[in-house]
Formats: sequence, C-alpha cells, structure tokens
Amino acid sequence: MNTYSPLTDQDKKEMLATIGASSVDELFSDIPKEKRLTGLNVPAPISEIELEKEMTALAAKNLSAKNAACFLGAGSYNHFIPAAVKHLVMRSEFYTAYTPYQPEISQGMLQAIFEYQTYACLLTGLDVSNASLYDGATALAEAASIAYHKTGRNKILVSSVVHPEWRAVLKTYAKAMDKIVEEIPYDPATGTTSLSALKNALKDDVAAVALPQVNFFGIIEDLSAAAETIKKNGSLAIATFDPISLGLLTPPGELGFDLAVGEGQSLGNAMNLGGPGLGMIAAKKELVRFLPGRIVGQTVDHHGKRCFVLTLQAREQHIRREKASSNICSNEALCALTATVYLSLLGKNGLKKVAELCLNKANYLREKLAAGAAPGFALAFAKGEPLARAAHAARAPSPIFKEFVVKCPASPVALNKKLAEKNIIGGLALERYYPELKNHWLLCVTEVLGKRDLDYFLGLLR
Amino acid sequence: MVPENLRYSKEHEWVKTDGNIATIGITHFAQDQLGDVVYVELPKVGATLTAMQDFGVVESVKTVSTLYCPVSGKVTEVNSTLEGSPETINSEPYAAGWIIKVEMSHPAEVNGLLDAKQYADLIKK
Repeated sequence: MNTYSPLTDQDKKEMLATIGASSVDELFSDIPKEKRLTGLNVPAPISEIELEKEMTALAAKNLSAKNAACFLGAGSYNHFIPAAVKHLVMRSEFYTAYTPYQPEISQGMLQAIFEYQTYACLLTGLDVSNASLYDGATALAEAASIAYHKTGRNKILVSSVVHPEWRAVLKTYAKAMDKIVEEIPYDPATGTTSLSALKNALKDDVAAVALPQVNFFGIIEDLSAAAETIKKNGSLAIATFDPISLGLLTPPGELGFDLAVGEGQSLGNAMNLGGPGLGMIAAKKELVRFLPGRIVGQTVDHHGKRCFVLTLQAREQHIRREKASSNICSNEALCALTATVYLSLLGKNGLKKVAELCLNKANYLREKLAAGAAPGFALAFAKGEPLARAAHAARAPSPIFKEFVVKCPASPVALNKKLAEKNIIGGLALERYYPELKNHWLLCVTEVLGKRDLDYFLGLLR
Repeated sequence: MVPENLRYSKEHEWVKTDGNIATIGITHFAQDQLGDVVYVELPKVGATLTAMQDFGVVESVKTVSTLYCPVSGKVTEVNSTLEGSPETINSEPYAAGWIIKVEMSHPAEVNGLLDAKQYADLIKK
C-alpha cells in the first residue's frame, strides 16, 4: 500500500462487490466518453530534495514584501512583526488549538481570547467584543446582520469608500437575507464620504450606516458628528477601523458608534498572500445578545479561583437557529492570539509609536510628491482638506493615515511592472475598483519603509 | 400556584384583564421549568401583535424560550424592571414579574383561553 493511497486493491474489490459494481469506471458510466479525461499528463514523481529545489526556485520568482520595498496596502498591510510574536504563538499549547470545542478544558486558550477581547474593547472604546471573526469583510456583514435584527429594518447604507471587497461580501450576505445594501457616494473633491448624500438617504427604513474612520483612499474621515445624526434616525452607527491607526485616533466608541468592525491582520499577522485575516467586531453593551460567534467571560470556579468560560452560550445560534442573527460558531483563534501577543509586546506606547511612524512616513512621501518631487504625479483629493482643523485635534494630526492617492501621468499598472524590476512592489491601480479613477494609484507607507526606500522610490518616478 | 383570577395559554403565559388592557406574564410553572432567568428580550411599545404571535424571548441558565402573546392588540407598556432584574420573573411571576401590557383589539379572545382549572390540569400531565 502506498503512503498516499489509503485503499489497497483488495479494499477496492470488496467495496465494489458490496455495491454490485464490476469496476470503478462503471461508476462513471453516466458521463459521456468524450467528456472523460484520458491520459493525465503529469510529470514523473521526484525526490523531496528535487521538490524543495523546484519549489524554492518557483517561490523566488515572487516579489516578497520581505525582500522588496512594499508600497501596496489596500486592506492587507506590511507591518513589522517582532520575532517574539511568532515564538510565543508557535508554542504547542497554543498552536494546536482550534476554536475550543471543549472550551473549559483549554483555560490558557480561553484566557488568551479573553485578553484579545479586552484589547479589542480598549482599542475601539466599546464595551464588548466577541472572540473574533474571519476577516474585516465578514465582520462588517455580521454587524449589518445585527442591525437588521435589532431594528427590524431592511436597509444598510455603506460608504463607497469602505473597502470594495468588504462591500461585495456585505452585499452577498444581504442578498441571502433578502435585505438591501445602498452605497453612499464619496465627494470627488475631498475623497471622503458625502455627508449630504448620507443625510438624503437616511430614511426610516435604514437599519444601519457603515462609515470608514480611515477610508479606502487612506483619508481619515471626520466622523465626530456622524454617529449622532445616524442614531437620531433610529439606525445603528457602524464604524470601520484600522487597528494600527487607533494608536492615534479617537476610538469609534468615543465618537458614539454602536459597532466597530476592522481587519486585524495588521496586528502581528503576516500578509500570507492575502489571508487568513482577523475579523474584529466590538459593540455597545446593549448589543451583546446580538453579537455573533463566541464570547469568553471571566468568572470564579467553586473554589473561588479565577477561571474562564464561554459565556452567553444559551443563545440563538445554538438552540434557536431560525431566529439567529448569525450561525457562525467559529473564530480565528490563532490570528486573534497573534494579535494579542503583538499588542501585549507593543503596549499602548508601542502601538502609538507604530501609528506615528506610519503617519509621518506616509506624509513625508506625500508632501514630497505634492512639492513636485516627481513631475507629472499629483495628489488626488487634496482640495478641501481639513488640514487646519486637524492640526488642532491632538489625536488626528493629519487627514491621511498611511495611504494616499496619487494621479499618475500614465497607467499605474505599467508603472508597477517597471518598479517590480527594481525590487519595488508598487501601489494599487484604483481603476480596478473605481472605474472613474483612471491612472489613480493608492500608495501605502508603513513603518518598515525607511527614508532611503522612500527617496529611492521618488527617484524612480522621475 | 395557579391563581384563580387569571387566564392562561397553552404556552404558559398568564393574562390578567382590566377593561381593554391585558397584562401578560409567564406562570409559576414556566419560571420553575426554566430555572434562573438571566435575560428578557422585550418588544417595543406600540408594536402590534396578533394572538399567539411571538413577542420576545426569555433566557434562563438552561435554555431560551419564545414568549407568545395570548391576545391580539397593541403593546402599551413593557416591564423595564426586567432589563436590570430579570430574576423578578422567578421571584414574583404573577406580580412584579409581569412582562407586557396590551390594549386588546379583540377582547373576546380571552374567553378562548384556559381557566385556572384547565391550566392546572395541563401542567399536571
């Protein structure tokens, strides 16, 4: 018997005899002959040594964010991951743990999730967090589902400068629930959500409004009055956030939002070609019964010692599924653990420092481009920028965080190809998601890029 | 523990009428079966209900149970004490543990509900 084929010929014979078939081929007799594949042309088997060489050579063809200067963000971010993060996360007690199914036996894992929830609440300024969801996009869709159930209304308004893929996922969920998603346009002058369009769309059928704190164009939106307007309409206010930016920005909860959702990949998780992500969701206390998935609580055992349990378990997704706002019963345990370790290593000041580095470096590049460092390249959405006001707000010194949009003299797709030859991963060509933004380029600068990288990049644009 | 002056549904709600207003709660038997009540989800004041429509949820340490409104009408009041002290349902199911008040649109529906004796027979089974 071969290692990779669990059935012996004898096994197959017995199975065929039991079901009364003469051969395996007979089982496929319903498929027309001409549609069947004959003679699969695959290479001969190779040794592990040869295989490793081949795979390494293939992998070397990729431009990795480890070896190149990466200016691509747009939802997945190249932040520095201290070596200690991986070391702690890889401990076997943690690494083997999936979302706990016999939870109370895994006290260490439950404590880690409890700490994750605590961090999520501290970051967002809200009262409760669940044990995590798949990614930012599903977190937004789950928040919408909470709103549909809580308010009994059937429409979600979402800013068109929330991540385009998040909006696509939201629409998929809504379609299956027979609900409506309506997009609020952005103001082409400022690149921010049009608040006048929001006011016009805010009718009594609106269950919730989802607004970005840092939008897809990297712009920090002024949400100080938005939550109040939304709640006056009896709708729930949902903010999308970038967890790193919360080292500097006012937490959504303090701005009056009922729910905050974000992508937590930035918190110590590698980009890994786009996943897995970490869905963060936090809410005001009065929504705790609507929060999907698992929630870990702290209590005392019969000896009076501190211990952890899955709490609010007698909830809809387990025993009243037809009434549930969600049937999700899993979480992203390992990614949530990674975020917890990352945040505990950085601490409040460390996170603030990372946010400041992103902010300052991104603005350095942006100002250079604004000053004409690369002829033909111009800043987009620079008009109407609330620079002066932002300078007064101690926690929001600039209207962009770590990304910004540049208008290029030619197609950014071609530009990215050229840059790749120089070991640079260029920005996102925005036309893919916003057809009206031809030749617009979304650049991202995180703390890992040095001044030398930024100057070299500028030099290549000349 | 089945007061004579009330009417009952087969789903273990009790109804007390005062003119057109029906006060609704769950019975002593129901709270005893549920165990310690930890949460009550209440409807909005002004909601219109038809007889035996679900109007809320009562959650105990053991289970979650749907609440059904035995009569048709409009919710005029909800017992907001239950938001902070849901255990009142256990301690005083027929008094301070009432859940909602409904202005009945078809008061005659009450006649179709069980009386104390019929309900006492029901829970004996």
